[in-house]
Amino acid sequence: MKFGVVVFPGSNCDHDTYHVLKKVVGAKVEYIWHKETTLNFFDVIILPGGFSYGDYLRVGAVARFSPVMREVIKFANSGGLVLGICNGFQVLLEAGLLPGSLITNDHLRFRCQDVYIKVANNKTCFSRSYESGQVLKMPIAHYSGNYFADKETLKILEGTERIVFQYCSLDGNVIPEENPNGSILNIAGILNENKNILGMMPHPERAAEKILGSEDGLGIFNSLLRES
Amino acid sequence: MWIAKVIVSYKTGILDPEAKTIHNALISFPEGILSEGYRDINKVETGKYFQISFSDSIDREKAEELTKQACDKILSNPVIQKYTFQLEEVSK
Repeated sequence: MKFGVVVFPGSNCDHDTYHVLKKVVGAKVEYIWHKETTLNFFDVIILPGGFSYGDYLRVGAVARFSPVMREVIKFANSGGLVLGICNGFQVLLEAGLLPGSLITNDHLRFRCQDVYIKVANNKTCFSRSYESGQVLKMPIAHYSGNYFADKETLKILEGTERIVFQYCSLDGNVIPEENPNGSILNIAGILNENKNILGMMPHPERAAEKILGSEDGLGIFNSLLRES
Repeated sequence: MWIAKVIVSYKTGILDPEAKTIHNALISFPEGILSEGYRDINKVETGKYFQISFSDSIDREKAEELTKQACDKILSNPVIQKYTFQLEEVSK
């Protein structure tokens, strides 16, 4: 199982993700420069957090046109596993690999804090290490994490169990008070139709070592390892 | 030479918190700073403006086609945004 972490100009969680995969999880991992056009050697591609291309135009919009994304789209469409974290989630939405969009937080503030998220679906390649309904502590750090999709799309996401993570309280209640950004249905992470692409706003790579306050993010990387 | 003036803004019903904040700021100005009536400002919308200049070899019809493609593919996100544009002929 080999992981690839894409590096866009402005990515800033690429090193964290690489570090966790290599040193904590013990997986094979390589960086993928945004001009790369061959992804044959990888089993999982991760689009990391950051501010790719300075968030110009719209978050994720310019990264979507980088050479590597043409290959990521092909890779994803042929069933390859793709994980987009924070800005990576935004890129996946702009690329049309996931439905909906992430708009400015409803309170207009950049939020950098720990949140609780509930595992709404643990029958996925990305979440199988967790219990169904398990509450995870992970940090968020974003200004545009307010998930939006039209009613029809939401109905499909709900009906096909494609909502994987939802913001919740410590005891697992998905309530408006625990929504840090205004996301519809407290959505923190969703899958594509074929369930081989996950986009999420919280940062599992920043919650993968005890010394950093939480190891709850490790389950995502371990779930992916179990795929091999 | 043709230029396109493009405005991209949010679709109706999409939360535009920046516009809401600007609106609130506008209508909460203390008395006497703005003219009478500004409290009747009903709504503010925000958007982005782009000006695209074409080569001399591009005629109006082609400029329109290219602008539309740019709007659909790059300048707007059709999930949340709409756009309008005007074409103008300018001399260099």
